Amino acid sequence: MRLGLVVVVVWVVAALAGVVLPLRPDDIDLHAMFLPPGADGSLLGGDELGRSLGARVLAGAGISLLVALASVSISAVLGTLIGSVAGYLGGWWDRVISRLIEVFLAFPGLLLAIALAAFLGPGIGNVVIALSLMGWVGYARLARNQVLSLREREHVLAGVALGRRTPGIIRLHLLPLMLAPILVETSYGIASAVIAEASLSFLGLGVQPPQASWGSMIREGVRYLLVAPHLVLIPGVALSFVVLAANLLGDGLRDRMDITSHNRR
Amino acid sequence: MQRAFDTILVLLGVVTLVFFLGAVIPGDPVDVMLGEHASSADREALRAALGLDQPLHLRWADYLLGLLQGDLGNSLVRSRPVADLIAERLPATLSMALAAFGVILVIAFPLGMLAARYKGGALDRGAAAFALLGQSIPNFWLGPMLVLLFSIQLGWLPVSGRESAASIILPAITLGTSLAAVSMRMLRSSLLEVLEQDFMRTARSKGLSRAQAIYRHALPNALLPVVTLLSLQLGALLSGAVITEVVFAWPGIGSLLIDAIRQRDYPLIQGVVLLIAVGYVLINLLTDILLRWLDPRTAGEGGQG
Repeated sequence: MRLGLVVVVVWVVAALAGVVLPLRPDDIDLHAMFLPPGADGSLLGGDELGRSLGARVLAGAGISLLVALASVSISAVLGTLIGSVAGYLGGWWDRVISRLIEVFLAFPGLLLAIALAAFLGPGIGNVVIALSLMGWVGYARLARNQVLSLREREHVLAGVALGRRTPGIIRLHLLPLMLAPILVETSYGIASAVIAEASLSFLGLGVQPPQASWGSMIREGVRYLLVAPHLVLIPGVALSFVVLAANLLGDGLRDRMDITSHNRR
Repeated sequence: MQRAFDTILVLLGVVTLVFFLGAVIPGDPVDVMLGEHASSADREALRAALGLDQPLHLRWADYLLGLLQGDLGNSLVRSRPVADLIAERLPATLSMALAAFGVILVIAFPLGMLAARYKGGALDRGAAAFALLGQSIPNFWLGPMLVLLFSIQLGWLPVSGRESAASIILPAITLGTSLAAVSMRMLRSSLLEVLEQDFMRTARSKGLSRAQAIYRHALPNALLPVVTLLSLQLGALLSGAVITEVVFAWPGIGSLLIDAIRQRDYPLIQGVVLLIAVGYVLINLLTDILLRWLDPRTAGEGGQG
């Protein structure tokens, strides 16, 4: 958990540094082509166009953080809302929403995001839309199950008896108790959003060149694996560390909050 | 019965979603086929020929009727039936998925059992570290790293393609490792839960060794959640295959999908996406049936919830 926190902080600082520092991740310098790390005073070396790999890794940190934060918050809010409505209102609402959740769950892994990105076209905005439409289901299912187990609690029934309306019940009586499991889910959600953004960019469906994303850096670097393996090695290490950290953070939060059910059917 | 009805409803929803993805796209299939500079008369003629001038609900009904007859439409770019194109590529994907499934079993079972047996020991901690790494390292990075080590540095295995039998080894490991990590953790926790049960003490007290008791009594009981997980992972294998196929230039439906996306061949994209999703839903249905057969206790649970 502590390691996870440290890496996440490093990730955020790197993302901010990419914005604040006067770096030029897109500047081509043919003298620095395939420059190995450490040579000529360049910390991480240069890529196939001589662009600074260090600057591009920082820029990639910014992209992954932006996409992860945006898509995870959209899907968490949307999913929690939809799932709470289904769980609280029950009846037809629940039936329709539950079927809808099942339809979305029928697309395993990244498939829905790939399909959406294929039809929406590439670009950061579309990646966020695709990941949000893929991600809301997990929160909806979680929120629905939570509400189902909470809605017969005495403080909720008291609220109903006092004449409080449904939005107020959900916001004041249910949501505070649901926050812990949703927070844990969010932590794992960040891990999968980071992988998903990088995967889409790796497939050429996400962030477009010349903008740097860890996924697209690996995509471009694979062609030069023989001559300059550091083009693949460095962004991959950054990516794996961030995903590992988010997973560790999720594990730590889950243990601390004593939540046993994580995203299982 | 209820389960079968639900499955049909979900399949209908999946088809509808995939159909609408194709219907509301910003681009127009006609542009892909004729290019940007075609005359408007030609466009209209092609639109009519493709049925694109029909109202949406009629096109949806047409699409559904076609699907029921195994007709996924025609590729815009290759002017061949989508179903034929997919059928050509499917064996390659299935063989890779099967090999990856083998990797999952070979890694997850011994490691999961050892980790449960020596809970808290060095082996268990090592397995936990492997699981965390396996879940955190993405396919499209693990693949190139394996190529770097085994193909370029050591020269043991081919870099990519599907020329020799050895070609399948690296894709299978790449695809299987992360799922093996999840399965291993699941088997471990499932085994640990079973080991606490009363019948395990009975098994030991009637004179079975610890290994015999685990093998004969704990494992069969711990397998149920693992079977469920493995079936869910078959779906993940199919979608994970998309990335792995691109990494290794493996000629399956995953690289077909990515080619189709690049060429904006919408019917082909829809066909591949639909095939994977429908395959996944049907695998889950079969698993439910299998579980009921393996464990009569779950028979009553389907109707509720």
